[in-house]
Amino acid sequence: MIQVRLNGKDLSVSNGHTIRSLLQSIEINPLGVVVELNREILTRDAYSDLEIKEGDKIEVVHFVGGG
Amino acid sequence: MTLTEFDMPVEMPKGLDSPLELAGVNFTSRLIVGTGKYASNEIMVDAIRASAAEMVTVAVRRVDLDRTKEEAILHHLDPEEFFLLANTAGCYTAEDAIRYARLARAAGFNEFVKLEVIGDDKTLLPDVQHTIEAAKILANEGFKVMAYTNDDLVTALRLEDAGCVAVMPLASPIGSGLGVVNPYFIREIKRRLEVPVIVDAGVGTASDACITMEQGVDGVLMNTALAAAKDPVQMAHAMKCATISGRLAFLAGRMTSHEIAVPSSPKVGMLD
Repeated sequence: MIQVRLNGKDLSVSNGHTIRSLLQSIEINPLGVVVELNREILTRDAYSDLEIKEGDKIEVVHFVGGG
Repeated sequence: MTLTEFDMPVEMPKGLDSPLELAGVNFTSRLIVGTGKYASNEIMVDAIRASAAEMVTVAVRRVDLDRTKEEAILHHLDPEEFFLLANTAGCYTAEDAIRYARLARAAGFNEFVKLEVIGDDKTLLPDVQHTIEAAKILANEGFKVMAYTNDDLVTALRLEDAGCVAVMPLASPIGSGLGVVNPYFIREIKRRLEVPVIVDAGVGTASDACITMEQGVDGVLMNTALAAAKDPVQMAHAMKCATISGRLAFLAGRMTSHEIAVPSSPKVGMLD
């Protein structure tokens, strides 16, 4: 298991997760979100290639109501 | 009976007005509305439709991983039906605003951003230094920046120089509903800028929207005035009418005001 920080919360995930498989495991449709990994915005086609590492900071954002 | 159950006429007569053009994109409606603070997503969508707004603002936030709170707004708002204008609301530095703008653009809808950098918690007045700094960087990155600012002419000029595609002075503080507190400065900004001027924030009711448009500005942006009305859908219709009314009055050219009475009926021809 490795420790990552996802949307401001500590999370233990099993080794070998990619961004895509992490999103899948938390039931998030990759088409509806934007992902930032260690302050870098990822393109959607990079999700399958990027393996999550110990200490990664991941932000998953979307649009909400606002003025 | 709700307003969505019958049709709502009141349109700008064809040929009288040009479209609102923002960085090459044309909009028929001069009203832009926010999507925050509605009691439900259904009311929000009904209100936006009643307002006839084509451009709607949205915010960028973390997905709630517990799914107990906010649902993604795009489940309710069809990006084919509405032009999404992402904002940087909640940001207090240029750096944060740039980060939020980049995240918004990565969602893949368009390159427009409503740049908002707050400088004071209590009044939500903008931090103009950070706003100008962020505007320069974002414009260089190809963003179509629509910058929320105060009603200060010099700041508005600097934002135009920074490459903003629209400058958006406030009518009064965000969410205050106080209406246009300084119509003279709004007019002065409109007179001096070449890019569209859209009054953003502070409109409380239909007369405020009308007065705003009578100043000759290109558009008006509001959120709370609709979302916090007792009947948001009805208020949205009122705002649509008021925006058109104010625009028409501006185009018609108002009479000169006098601080004396001038009779409307002839003085001659009176009986002995």
